[in-house]
Parts: sequence; C-alpha cells; structure tokens
Amino acid sequence: MSIQAMSLSGRKKEVSNKKMTFVESLYLWTILKGMMITISHLFTRKVTIKYPEEVRERSVVYRGQHSLKRDEQGRENCTACGLCALSCPAEAITMTAAERLPSEKHLYREEKYAKVYEINMLRCIFCGLCEEACPKDAVYLTESKVLVPSMYDREDFIFGKDKLVMPLTQAMKNAQLNNAN
Amino acid sequence: MDHSIIIEKGIFIFIIFAITMVMAMYSTLAERKVAAWLQDRIGPNRAGAGGILQPLADGLKLFSKEEFLPDTPNKFLFVVGPAISMSVALMTSAVIPWGDKLHLFGKDIILQATDIDVSILYVFGVLSVGVYGIMIGGWASNNKFSLMSAMRAASQMISYEVAMGLALIALLMMSGTLSLREISLQQHGMHWNVFYQPVGFIIFLICSFAETNRTPFDLAECEAELIGGYHTEYSSMRMGFYLFAEYASMFISSTIIAVLYFGGYNYPGMAWAIENWGVNPANVLGIVVLFIKICFFIFFYMWVRWTIPRFRYDQLMRLGWKMLIPLAIANIIVTGIVILWADGKF
Repeated sequence: MSIQAMSLSGRKKEVSNKKMTFVESLYLWTILKGMMITISHLFTRKVTIKYPEEVRERSVVYRGQHSLKRDEQGRENCTACGLCALSCPAEAITMTAAERLPSEKHLYREEKYAKVYEINMLRCIFCGLCEEACPKDAVYLTESKVLVPSMYDREDFIFGKDKLVMPLTQAMKNAQLNNAN
Repeated sequence: MDHSIIIEKGIFIFIIFAITMVMAMYSTLAERKVAAWLQDRIGPNRAGAGGILQPLADGLKLFSKEEFLPDTPNKFLFVVGPAISMSVALMTSAVIPWGDKLHLFGKDIILQATDIDVSILYVFGVLSVGVYGIMIGGWASNNKFSLMSAMRAASQMISYEVAMGLALIALLMMSGTLSLREISLQQHGMHWNVFYQPVGFIIFLICSFAETNRTPFDLAECEAELIGGYHTEYSSMRMGFYLFAEYASMFISSTIIAVLYFGGYNYPGMAWAIENWGVNPANVLGIVVLFIKICFFIFFYMWVRWTIPRFRYDQLMRLGWKMLIPLAIANIIVTGIVILWADGKF
C-alpha cells in the first residue's frame, strides 16, 4: 500500500486546489457553517472544574502526598529501616531512628521506630519507588489522593511526621472497615 | 438661546457617555465570557458573582501599572495617539437616535444628542479620523512592528471605507436623506432596510469588521506576527485607552448597523404600542429594543471572532478591492434600476 492511500484515522480527505468561484471566494457560506459549529458549543456542557471548590476525581493509582500508615491498632508501621531513603532517586527522604521504650508499645509496631521522618516535597518526584521498597507497608503515595499544596517558603515543603503520619481516627476507621469485611 | 436646551442636551450627552463607557467596559467581560463559552469553558468567574466585577478589576490593574514611555522622538504624539482613538470612538455617538422622543416636563425631548442633516457623513468623517489614533500611536512608538501595524491599519481602513461608503450609497438612494433620525423614522412598521438592501447590509457588515479592526481583519494587532501591533509599546491606562476605544467603537458600529439596517428603535407593533400605552412607555421600550439589537451585534462580533481565523494580508486586499467594491457598485446599479422601475420610469 502506498503512503498516499493510507489512512490511519479513516477520516482522510483529498485536498483539492481547484480555483474558487466568485461566490466561494467571498467565504460567506463556509464562514456561516463554521459559525453554526461554534454556536452549538455555546450550549454544550462546560469542561471546566472550578478547582478549589471542586476537585477532579483522581485515578485509583494516583500518586499524591505520601502518608505513613498505622496498623489496625493505630500503631505506626514504620520501623526506620531506611530502605525508602535508599531507593529514593531524588534523595528526598531522611529519617532518624530511635528505640521503642516499653511504655510506647501502643504507639509503634516494631522495636525500632522513626523519631524523625522527613520528605522534601520539592525534591520528591512522586515516582513511588519508596512505596515499592517499603517492607513494612508503611509508606504509600496512592492513599491520600491529596496534592502537595503550594507555599511561599522552601522550608515549608519539608514535611515531617506531623503532616505525613495518617491520623489516628482514620486508622481506626480503616480497622473497622477491615473487620466488617 | 434657551438655557433649558443646553441643560437637557448636557444631561443627555452625559448619559450617553456613561452608557458607552459601561457598554465598552462590559464588552471586555462579554468578550472573555463568549470566548470561553464557545470553547467549552466558563470564563472569568472570580471577581464578583459570575465575574461581574471583572472589568473593574481589569481597569484597576491598568490604572495601577507603571506608565512606561519608550525612547521615542516625539513624546507628544505618543501620548496623543490613544487619546485620538478614544475621543473618536466616543464622538460618533452624538448623532445616533437612541429613541424616538419622550414627553417629559410638558415638552417633547428628542432622544438624540444632535440631529444634524448630514449625520452619516459626520459618522464617516469621524470614523476616518480614527485611523489617525492608530497611525500616530504606532509611528510614535519608534518600533518597527508598531509602524508596520499602523501602515496595515491605515491601508485596511482606507480600502474598506470605499466599499462601506458604496454600500451605504445604495441605502441613501432609497432613503433620500443623510439624517439618521429620518432613516430611523422611515423604517417604522417593519420596513427595515435589511429587507430591501440585503447585499448592501452584508457588505456593510463585513466592512464594519474591517473598520473596527476585529477578527478576521485584525491584521493591525495580530498577536502572532506583530506582537500586539500598534499598542506594543503602550502600558498602563494608555494601553487601556486603545483597548477601550476598540470596544467603544465596536459598540458604536453595532449601533450604526442596528440603526441603518435593523430599524433602530423600531419594533413590530410599535404603532399599536404608542396608541395603547402612550408615547413614553412605547418609546422607552424602543430604547430597550435598540439596545437588544446592539447587544446582538456585539455578540455577533465576538461570535465571528472566535469562529474564523485572520485573513492573510493579500486575501484582505483582494476581498476588499476585487470582491466587495464590485459587489457594492453592482448593488448601487440594481438599486437604481429598481427605484426607477418602481417610479414607473420604464
């Protein structure tokens, strides 16, 4: 098949260069046809999403702001192994480990926990490799469905545990849902 | 001379001025809204309910911007350019009959700033001066793009004024008067000129697009080639004056189209309304009807703008000189033959 005869979209149209007649060269009829098309768009549904009030529905695998998970009893999953920081191609993650005290058993699942866990959201490229690397199911990007908000200072973009760890109430809710299932 | 007429006309001129300004202001919002709707968007909606305060915000922004003056040899002309554009756009409204008459304070008030016998000539004269605003501004900008745009605007306006004038001559042959008020009165009772002069109307409409520098004839300011054209070097409210003048002249030219071809303030059943409702309500309705017609034509301007792309310069010249002018002359001949035939001269 020659390249001239090929049509991928099935909407191929032969272009003709024939001389226009006087009436055609006034363009009036074609302009009228075009105007009918545009006026029909006046009444179609508008595609705009009024962002702060309305939020576009995210896909199930949408990678937004990270969340550090808790288990069913509300204990933090993270054990500060550092695999996420190691896997991070943008070197956005830092953490400081600490040993769990006996009195903190209800707070952390493993004997070791992350005392400081920081992600620099300006460096993060939201690739999700930390999520893949995590052996403890602790860090997820697909859960929050939240965009990292814009701010004025670079320092504000370093998110600590206060912003990353999932709220206790939500952990409880998840646990209830799991039990119900 | 009677003092009351000065007060009466003064108030009337002030009202017309205010209305023209408000219409021009809200045309800018309407333009953005119509553009958005035709492109399946919703347009500016943050300032006020549904974006109703957007023109004020735009104006405030333009006022508060830095007034930049380029290194131009003639600062006076640079300043005077936008002023000419603006005053010319506003001057035309003086002869337009906005309504028939109102009976107030025991006398008839004619709803027209001044009823001169040569209204149409006056309108044409003033519109022709409009090109000087662009020419002077573009030339004084000391910028080759601005100068090119000014040259384009000048040649385009001169070319299309010919066809516009010829289209109008056919109309004047029918009406036998140059007074816009007389022409409005003649169209009373659905004798709208558009039914008698359809070809003339189309030519006039196309030429109006060219005269107001609107798409598809906005070669004077095509953003892609001339980076804004004659107002490239302008900033702050001087720039605002140019943009404002463009919308004001769009309003005025919509008005002229409505008055010349679509019956002005006349509406079907006007004679009945005057008989049954009285002079004042019927004529107030006439003003409203005129403004509805004007708004339709302003919408039409925008509708066309967001439908078709800009003509190439040679296409523009070919359309003006080779299509519209012969068509307009043919229209004059046919009109003349029909008038003579109707008078029984054959």
